[in-house]
Amino acid sequence: MFEQHLAALPIIIPLIAAPIALILGRSLLTWGFATLISAWACYASWHLLLAALSEGSLSYAMGGWPPPWGIEMRVDAANAFVLLAVTAVSTLVLVYSKNSIEKEIDSAQHPLFYTAHLLCLAGLSGILVTGDAFNLFVFLEISSLATYTLVSLARDRRCLTAAFRYLVMGTIGATFILIGVGMLYMKTGTLNMLDLAERIHLADGNRTINTGLAFIMVGVSIKLALFPLHAWLPPAYTHAPSAVTAFLASTATKVAVYVMIRFIFTIFGADYVFREMGMDLILMVLAIVAIFKCSYMATAQSNVKTVLAYSSVAQIGYMVLGVSLVSVTGLMAGLIHIFNHALMKGALFMAVGAVFYRVGSVDIKAFRGLGKQMPLTMAAFTIAGLSIIGVPLTVGFVSKWYLVTAALEQQHWILAFLVLAGSLLAVIYIGRVLEAAYFQSASDDASAAEVKEAPWLMLIPMWSLVIANIYFGIETSITTEAASSASEWLFQNSKVLEVSP
Amino acid sequence: MSFIIDYYNYWIVVFLMMTGFYIVISANNLVKKIVGLNIFQTSVFMLYITMGKVSGGTAPIVAEGVTLYSNPLPHVLILTAIVVGVATTAVGLSLIVRIKRAYGTVEENEFQNEDDAI
Repeated sequence: MFEQHLAALPIIIPLIAAPIALILGRSLLTWGFATLISAWACYASWHLLLAALSEGSLSYAMGGWPPPWGIEMRVDAANAFVLLAVTAVSTLVLVYSKNSIEKEIDSAQHPLFYTAHLLCLAGLSGILVTGDAFNLFVFLEISSLATYTLVSLARDRRCLTAAFRYLVMGTIGATFILIGVGMLYMKTGTLNMLDLAERIHLADGNRTINTGLAFIMVGVSIKLALFPLHAWLPPAYTHAPSAVTAFLASTATKVAVYVMIRFIFTIFGADYVFREMGMDLILMVLAIVAIFKCSYMATAQSNVKTVLAYSSVAQIGYMVLGVSLVSVTGLMAGLIHIFNHALMKGALFMAVGAVFYRVGSVDIKAFRGLGKQMPLTMAAFTIAGLSIIGVPLTVGFVSKWYLVTAALEQQHWILAFLVLAGSLLAVIYIGRVLEAAYFQSASDDASAAEVKEAPWLMLIPMWSLVIANIYFGIETSITTEAASSASEWLFQNSKVLEVSP
Repeated sequence: MSFIIDYYNYWIVVFLMMTGFYIVISANNLVKKIVGLNIFQTSVFMLYITMGKVSGGTAPIVAEGVTLYSNPLPHVLILTAIVVGVATTAVGLSLIVRIKRAYGTVEENEFQNEDDAI
């Protein structure tokens, strides 16, 4: 029975489990329950990926209504790949969150945290699997509403204003997507993505569809925090509880990048978006400005969480840059970076959360001398930081490598140089933290001397991600094969001729 | 002239959309921001309802002698979107309640000053 409904399981499991987690009501009980549920969803998406790789793509009619009347769930290599990354990170973050939220969230609200986390997971999985444009909007809002709640759970009151700002900008973004989808429906009379793709192809160059594209791209860009629409991200990531930040930074924006890829390649067709509308140049310029402006902002912050938040916006720039190159290698670099960035940022934010757990502050001054006091946590931070920079033998190197290859394929020498120059800025902002941790001595007060290594429940998920960083950095065939088959599949289905060098 | 009259519902949609959007951007009071957001969303609901109208069609209920119906699908879609809008408003207002408790004000410039002072 489970086999048959496999495509719906990653949504249904956390969706049904969310209210149950609320009813269970006890902190420890809900923690175990939510972790198991998330692990189950992860197991289901692993099977989905295997099925998608062997069969090409799976179609599932929700509620037994065949498409295009009913809502279709459509799984292919591209979304199964991202889905596995999202559910896996969610499971690790839930394991990690037990200790972390004890420190950062009032105990009465622990069941609410797990409920919101599961709802967010259900929404994100829904965005990834759905084959229906309006359904995508609904799942986007389910995950976003859960996210606003999660951000506002911290004890620091500034999380409230950050969550409010996120809510206003997120709702505007979602409403823009709604307007865009409405315009597509007006012209084509369908909401199923494959149907839309065919009919948009026929209605070539219609003004309503052009406007729809503009609305959708702006809406999605707000959701994925593309520069200059990223203003909500740094405060939200800084003031949210660490476990929430680790989860959001490695999943929510990545899923939005996926939505952008899906709209460009599956629905509108790369030929129309890039050749006729010239979106590639716009995206490329914004991506490069994002990389430099936000990497620079990251070097000037004193709160380490803010540093990493700005770094996230810069890394999103790399993903969008990959997409904007309009080549199989470029898209592949973007997809690999979605997966790899989830691994590195998850590990980094978990390490910062562990520091907050022991020291009670994430200011860069609080990191002084931690290299000796919390050696395992800081070693994890160092390796994940090297991965952000793009040092060989880490996953960061793999994504940078493919991005530079894609740029050189099209003779964009300057672009390849800019990607490498962006890494130098990463050396600065990661280096500042490492300098404080390893080369400055801790302050002399008694409280600082008592700082111990983080508890095991925090170290295990953190190090699983760090080991994944190294493993996928050395054994690259798994990720590159999945990403290249996904990227080739997307290109074949979007009827585009590749730009010849 | 007929360009304005024939498409009057679209003009209303555009007007409401821009009004709501302007309020969201310019308002200093958080409750007003939520009101603006609601107006903005409502304009989109009207856009959807407008596109469901088939000229000469009646309500989509099966009855004898009626062959032309308005398209019911946008109505159903917008019911979902209204629910999403209500949920967003609820979350937004509850955040405002907590902001009021934490800062003692719902004026954006006032609590920003307070945070800068820390």
